[in-house]
Amino acid sequence: MTVNVKTFPRLADAASALSSERGARYLAGGTLVMRAVNEADPAIETIVRSTDPSLLHIAVSSGRVELGAGVTMAAVLAERDLAFLHPVARAVGSPAIREAATVGGNLFSPRGDFATVLLVLDATVMLVGGGQRELPLDDFLARRERSSALVSSIAFRRPAADALRFAKVTRVHPRGMSVLSIAAQLPIASGKIAGARIAYNGMDHRPVRAKAAERALENHTLDAAGIASALSVATDGTSPVDDAIASAWWRREILPIYLRRLLLGAVRQ
Amino acid sequence: MKTPIQFRLNGEEVAAFADSGANLLDVLRESVGDLSVKGGCWQGTCGSCTVLIDGAPRLSCLTLAESCANKSVETVAGLRRGADLHPLQIAFMDRFAAQCGYCTPGMLMAAKALLNRNPNPSREDVIEAIAGNICRCTGYEPIIQAVLDAARSGERRRA
Repeated sequence: MTVNVKTFPRLADAASALSSERGARYLAGGTLVMRAVNEADPAIETIVRSTDPSLLHIAVSSGRVELGAGVTMAAVLAERDLAFLHPVARAVGSPAIREAATVGGNLFSPRGDFATVLLVLDATVMLVGGGQRELPLDDFLARRERSSALVSSIAFRRPAADALRFAKVTRVHPRGMSVLSIAAQLPIASGKIAGARIAYNGMDHRPVRAKAAERALENHTLDAAGIASALSVATDGTSPVDDAIASAWWRREILPIYLRRLLLGAVRQ
Repeated sequence: MKTPIQFRLNGEEVAAFADSGANLLDVLRESVGDLSVKGGCWQGTCGSCTVLIDGAPRLSCLTLAESCANKSVETVAGLRRGADLHPLQIAFMDRFAAQCGYCTPGMLMAAKALLNRNPNPSREDVIEAIAGNICRCTGYEPIIQAVLDAARSGERRRA
């Protein structure tokens, strides 16, 4: 099948083409879109891409991190100042996939390990198309299928050292697709958890916050007794699906086990 | 619609006309005539189509061919120098690291990417490097040993 390919030096022009061309799909690293093209997906008539250098921008300061949407997992791994994200970037596929897979593309992935961590980091997404605007990642993920805007960059506050926890459950080692993954940021104030953020991948059709578990952790200690109530509501509000990787039942069964290990520090990738 | 594409393949300039939207794997095999690169899944799952683009391992089935314009592409056809096989190829033979051989071109290129970056890899490094390359014959152990052997032979040459 032949599709049109339109390449634009400016991201804004690519965004215009994406909204005006029939059957247009934006191509970033190719791990999702080229697969669909290879399968002759009839919904894709035009591939839109951009060589805008701003897509590869990485800015790290003491308080804030901004990543261009085209930054690859390999580029994240090459950046010493992003060491807190290395375990997550390393969990995304094989070395060849990591050379292609982008931060922006992961927001659209059915297995968004990286997006799950960005959710915990309270990231915002900068969009181009129909005017520039910034959206909380959670809002963006909720409407990603309906959006025709382009993601230009993702920004978030840099977490405190060792504050970020991440676990990926896979049936193929060392680098299989996620059955599920869990990310958590657990600030401690006066010995109690204050403002916990937890997110799951694989427990819904998109990465989601674990708000029931977050609430249950508030003002509790980070030990076996303190997390018990959070574990009992760990799957509340989730809607896992049956797929080729695992059944929804199994995902519900194993989630509290891995959440427990993550919270108690037994899993830290 | 055909699109003209120019890039360096194993050190030599090549030019071809490719279907618009074609992946690099199909262009290499059908337009350029490099049949050393193998297609298994066209989904980025099996790794048999692994090539190096500007030195980095990439899955040619998921790479838009025209995005390779003016870049350097290496396939397993470019590994040997004249009659001399690459140390990785020799080690794969010595260790019986190929049975049906279909995954071997991708395995070799994934291993070459590793050794280019890390000439003295650990066993874990090798496992990580070939994590995206599926082999249904060997059980992987001979492949891991072959890559470690090739690294050691490179070490001896450098010594």
